[in-house]
Amino acid sequence: MDWWFFLEVFVGGLLSGVMYSLVALGFVLIFKASGVFNFAQGAMVLFAALTFVRLLEMGIPMLVAVGVTMAIMVILAIAIERIVLRPLVNQDLIILFMATIGLNYFIEGMAQLVWDSKVHVLDLGIDEYDAFEIGEAFINKFDVYAALIAGGLVLVLSLFFRYTVIGRALRAVADDHQAALSVGIPLRTIWIYVWSTAGIVAMVAGVVWGSKLGVQFAISSVALKAIPVLIIGGFTSVPGAILGGLIVGCGEKLAEVYLGGFVGGAIENWFPYMLALLVLMIRPEGIFGEKIIERV
Amino acid sequence: MFYREAGQFKTSYKKDQAILPIFQDKIAMVAMLLFCFIVIPLFANDYWLASILVPFLALSLAALGLNVLTGYAGQISLGTAAFMAVGAFASFNLQVRVPEIPFLVAFLWGGLCAAGVGILFGLPSLRIKGFYLAVATLAAQFFIEWLFTHFDWFTNYSTSGVITAPPMTLLGLAIDNPLSKYFLVLSIVVICAFFVRNLARSEIGRAWMAVRDMDIAAEAIGINLMKTKLLAFGVSSFLCGLAGALWAYVVLGTVEPQAFDIARSFEILFMVVIGGLGSVSGAFLGAGFMILLPILLNNLGSLITGGTISTETIAHIEYMVFGAFIIFFLIVEPNGLARLWQLGKEKLRLWPFPY
Repeated sequence: MDWWFFLEVFVGGLLSGVMYSLVALGFVLIFKASGVFNFAQGAMVLFAALTFVRLLEMGIPMLVAVGVTMAIMVILAIAIERIVLRPLVNQDLIILFMATIGLNYFIEGMAQLVWDSKVHVLDLGIDEYDAFEIGEAFINKFDVYAALIAGGLVLVLSLFFRYTVIGRALRAVADDHQAALSVGIPLRTIWIYVWSTAGIVAMVAGVVWGSKLGVQFAISSVALKAIPVLIIGGFTSVPGAILGGLIVGCGEKLAEVYLGGFVGGAIENWFPYMLALLVLMIRPEGIFGEKIIERV
Repeated sequence: MFYREAGQFKTSYKKDQAILPIFQDKIAMVAMLLFCFIVIPLFANDYWLASILVPFLALSLAALGLNVLTGYAGQISLGTAAFMAVGAFASFNLQVRVPEIPFLVAFLWGGLCAAGVGILFGLPSLRIKGFYLAVATLAAQFFIEWLFTHFDWFTNYSTSGVITAPPMTLLGLAIDNPLSKYFLVLSIVVICAFFVRNLARSEIGRAWMAVRDMDIAAEAIGINLMKTKLLAFGVSSFLCGLAGALWAYVVLGTVEPQAFDIARSFEILFMVVIGGLGSVSGAFLGAGFMILLPILLNNLGSLITGGTISTETIAHIEYMVFGAFIIFFLIVEPNGLARLWQLGKEKLRLWPFPY
């Protein structure tokens, strides 16, 4: 066995796992605060990335484009809270889930209607093919930067959750909706914050994915890849989302390289799900998920 | 005024538990069956039969299958299309290996294979539930799709991966025109619908509903969770497999894995949720809604704009309207079309008086 090659695949998997983590993070934020499994997260990633890239193409400087995209995502969050979530309070989980699938269709249509459905090149000034050399392994520089961005985002988020008033309110809501309401935390405002944060995380994920793959419709399907990440990490845990992403990223790359050859390849598509299934068999609430206690 | 049970006394438990307890319901059911079997074939043209009614019936059957699992037994599944694919490929393979087998037997075999696969992927449901289970079924979806795409044995080493479905003959009659296909699908669907309706009011159906409402409580009163859940998976997948075989043989005329992708799974889940969880009529109403809405939007789109806007733009607007419609619908009536139907019937009992 060629250990340098193994290392290369391993690190490559870790780095692509970081991208999954970024998408999964958006899911976790919303699930924690509102108990909604937001299937539209992938569409939000697409929408944010398209907005950003089109603004850049109009000749708007990058920082301004970031600001404008963030503002648009916040407006989107407010609209979603007003129009979709508020009337559906207290409905079954499956109804909320279906509503977010509807939302997914809507945002996908809107993103392509307002902008367009071509493939856009997003250039952040990083060479995609440049690589570090460690021993005999090549590590893609772009992936390293992406990992750094993701790491930075996680750090900022965890500081935000820990030290700001809003962050504390968010954690309170995540722990117990009713208790949070009874000490005077406005649930609706919190939902807007959460969806906005998820929107901004979606933007970061979209920009990173977009500059790697080109901004195109296929981005919205990363949402499906994020689901096993969530399962492995646990729906309610931010560190879980990160670790889950890394496990899935590594697992699928290693499986593809070392096992894929025996069974005809392209096992990347289902391997994460099988991995998730295995994890579920052993620990039904995910690695970091809160223990499920059921009472009659 | 006409729809009320006054004077119809149920003097035995058997009468109380009947499939259609009210006399008017029986008349309505007979009238509907007559309408489906006689009036529609007399008046519908080939376009309606081939591209609306037959697909509608085939997908209703899949929705019925999913409704058994999600609506009655409370287990969410995102892998419906995969079970349909198993049904289609299993019946195709049986016919290829044993050519003299009649296609109905092949369909049954397809359903049974799907049931087996369904039970296998239902095993995790003993330990996990809710969205975690949904992911387990997603695993089925992706794995089975991959299996049929990558192993040529399933497609009988066809080079293109797309296979023409074998011709069907029943009692010497070839089933090749829209009308005969319609009769075939309708008969199968009607039988299955009665089967499910009957099952739902039996001990098994009541056990499913108990598990759906609270599985720990159900276990505490002595319901065998493993048996109940796996049976739900089996019956549901059997119906889905049958629907898949119909979809491939009758609707598409080809057997291909691409026809059973994840979008199909979501489509069927939508049918069940919009139609109404836990009701047989809901599966049909939901399927009708999901089939007619895109056609309606499409026609409406080209009618309003008159072809001045590019088809791409119209497609995007359709997406938006479709999504908005689903959200709107879930907000207005989260219990689905079947619930609206029920409310309508309640109103009808009192009409024309307010109470």
